[in-house]
Amino acid sequence: MSRGRIWLLSASLVNLLFLYLPIAVLILFSFNASRLSATWQGFTFRWYLALVEDQALLAAVHNSLLVAAVSTSLATILGVSAAVGMERLSSRRRRIVEGALLLPLVIPEVMLGVALLLFFVMVELPLSLVTVTIGHVVWNVPIVAIITRARLQKLDPRLEEAALDLGATPWQAFRRVTLPLLTPAIIGAVLMAFTLSLDDFIVTFFTAGPGSTTLPLQVYSMVKSGVSPEINALSAILVLISMALIGLSLVLQRQRN
Amino acid sequence: MADTSVELRDLAKYHGATLAVDHLSLEVRSGEFFSILGPSGAGKTTTLRLVAGFERPDQGEILIEGRSMRHVPPNLRPVNLVFQTYALFPHMTVFDNVAFGLEMRRVSRSDLRSRASAALDMVKLSDKHDRHPSQLSGGEQQRVALARALVNRPAVVLLDEPLGALDQQLRQEMQVELKAIQKQVGITFICVTHHQEEALIMSDRVAVMDHGRVLQVGSPQEVYESPTTEFVARFIGLSNHLKGRIATLHDTTCTITAPDIPAAGSILIRRPPGAMEATRVMLLLRPERLHLSHNVHPGRFHNAVSARVDKVTYTGNEMQYLVRLSDSVLWKARLPNSGASQDRFRVGETVLLCWNADDGVILTE
Amino acid sequence: MLLWMGIFFILPLLVMLAVSFAGRGTYGGVEWTFSLTNYAQLFDPLYLRIYGRSLALALATTTLCLLLGYPLAYSIARAPVRWQGVWLLLVMIPFWTNFLVRTYAWMFILRTEGLMNQLLINLGVISQPIELLYSDWAILIGLVYGYVPFMVLPLYAAMERLDSSVVEAAWDLYATSWSVFWRVLLPLTKPGVVAGCILVFIPSLGAFITPDLLGGAKSMMVGNLIQHEYLVVRDWPLGSAISFSLMALVLLGVLAYFKTDGRLDRFEGGG
Repeated sequence: MSRGRIWLLSASLVNLLFLYLPIAVLILFSFNASRLSATWQGFTFRWYLALVEDQALLAAVHNSLLVAAVSTSLATILGVSAAVGMERLSSRRRRIVEGALLLPLVIPEVMLGVALLLFFVMVELPLSLVTVTIGHVVWNVPIVAIITRARLQKLDPRLEEAALDLGATPWQAFRRVTLPLLTPAIIGAVLMAFTLSLDDFIVTFFTAGPGSTTLPLQVYSMVKSGVSPEINALSAILVLISMALIGLSLVLQRQRN
Repeated sequence: MADTSVELRDLAKYHGATLAVDHLSLEVRSGEFFSILGPSGAGKTTTLRLVAGFERPDQGEILIEGRSMRHVPPNLRPVNLVFQTYALFPHMTVFDNVAFGLEMRRVSRSDLRSRASAALDMVKLSDKHDRHPSQLSGGEQQRVALARALVNRPAVVLLDEPLGALDQQLRQEMQVELKAIQKQVGITFICVTHHQEEALIMSDRVAVMDHGRVLQVGSPQEVYESPTTEFVARFIGLSNHLKGRIATLHDTTCTITAPDIPAAGSILIRRPPGAMEATRVMLLLRPERLHLSHNVHPGRFHNAVSARVDKVTYTGNEMQYLVRLSDSVLWKARLPNSGASQDRFRVGETVLLCWNADDGVILTE
Repeated sequence: MLLWMGIFFILPLLVMLAVSFAGRGTYGGVEWTFSLTNYAQLFDPLYLRIYGRSLALALATTTLCLLLGYPLAYSIARAPVRWQGVWLLLVMIPFWTNFLVRTYAWMFILRTEGLMNQLLINLGVISQPIELLYSDWAILIGLVYGYVPFMVLPLYAAMERLDSSVVEAAWDLYATSWSVFWRVLLPLTKPGVVAGCILVFIPSLGAFITPDLLGGAKSMMVGNLIQHEYLVVRDWPLGSAISFSLMALVLLGVLAYFKTDGRLDRFEGGG
């Protein structure tokens, strides 16, 4: 077995290397002084400074944060109420709703994007940040609902019964017992929805109009015009942000425990 | 050497910084039902896993039928383990579970079929051969796990708390059946358990283990009647204890004096081998051997000590008393519930606590 | 919630379904006439080739992710509990990192002036930089890189639930490492394998960013084709028809998995 274990461990390490090497290289070269060369030409912060002065980029960041905040709030309200509401349905109806919830996650994102585009054009809703936000909510509602429901199903139903037995109204029982127990799951779902919204490219790509460029769209147009050290710098920042978000969710979870 | 089945020589195993198995040596004879008895955390399961080959010893050696197991992986050892959780393959039928070991050893198709069927017959599960484990009761799963080990005719069957997950009644039935099956097949069984009654009922020999060491090995009777250490004594139910000193020695008995209960005078007790006068000893008594009476000395007992009832617990078939013999000595007594009012004692009442010389054990310190 | 999903999810899909049967307007709009010409057009060899490429790439991606992800998930599940969190975190970080960034990383590495070419030249494998980017291989690398975490996480979940004594039991019953894997581990983690494969297969088949950035004009996949029809050619009915055929392909793929795995329910009952 020890030979097998060594083999297993090295396969895993190779896998991790495969996952991290590209990102590491990317970040390393964001500090490279040369614009074109793939060899190390000295250390610089120049490309980071260039980012801060890029007005289009800053506007895109602003748009992204706005869309993520609004769509996450909406998706959380809709998703949590959906998850809680589903518990009250008959099992047959619950299955149907469950299926409907999974569908947006199962169909290819490109298809969701073009379907929304088509729909917005048909109902003559001009493409803008509003349409982008709607698109994000469509995909985030199921995520919030599924995460919340997973936690809800693990909860002991007797807890709510105990609250009712102790004289709480159904609303009080939900508010004082069920909701606090769901909070870690909801926080996790919020973070996930927020991150996915910040990162979303495809749905945004199809539903954005003039002036509603988000960060990923901006990154895309930069990448399309070729490799540049500014993109490396931007990528490094984005990697850092996602690590910070994971850290945040871990800290929040640990506090709960 | 033919009659030694498994031999452990100076076996040691660390789990992190703790010594789970502490230089343990044991010999298990061929064809015997051998139990390793001890509290949880004693290192019993680790010992079993070392024999099965799932863990490697840090020191020492394991021999099975005289052959060193040092570089032999579990799949090549002539032992089969009945897991505590049974570990039945959930995706296979009962029959496929039982036949798995034979199949892995490439036993011919017809041989495999007849042997697996015979094993299922032995555990009385022939009619459930095409079920899946999840469709069986706990007791039935336990039988499948047993059949799955026996069918391979290994040199040794290892059982890890085999009856631990069963309810009381089923447990008692299976104790008898397991023993009968073992006698029928004649394979060496090594069984790990924390349940002393179970070990005493099923085993030919018992090893009591604690903190990675074997404290005593012997027949159930030896271990039960003559424990050699305080731990063993307490573990097999000798829970009342008293410090004392040997006063006089007689042919088969001796008297001891106990400073903690001066009122008792000298206590008559069976004489242990090698006892000497003036040695410090520990007296140990079983709660179920004590007798209580209302201040009248019943002449048939060797010893009688005055005590006060501190607490009474009614358990249905038994009355359990906590009795105080002095400020520092509190004993338990368990009396069958006779229903007669003269056999009942109240809290605060002064009683006579009586027992015979054979009801206790003394250990020299 | 249902109302929201009804309006902004189900309705758009229905509109698209309707449009896929309509005709194309003169200036890119939709003409409401019923026809099957859009679907007939799908069988154009040009499109068929793109379908074939997408399917092949998605299958190859799924297979490679499985081969890479299985040992990783297994070693995570067998690691001491306090290390499992760290390992999982290491898998999660790339998963939470922007997909564009991760794809760009490979552009950076694989481009003609990039590190891979330098490395190969320094090793003496090649003398002149070769074009690594803009090929099916580049797409495959990008897809596998992007979706490996999707494979690892469900596999880990399945393995973590597995009672490790079942594996030991097989080993105790004379099974070799290979038999333990093939007869016990794989069947018992099948739900995780299926989930992981579906999670990788669906986005790879409909991939858009990866082929757009790492593949050239010659290596289009279905996702790019849809985008092309919508935004460049502005043939919405055809684009819609392609979308629905993509969805059909996805559903076929998923169904095929469940078909070959008809005993799935029985496994889940076990334990």
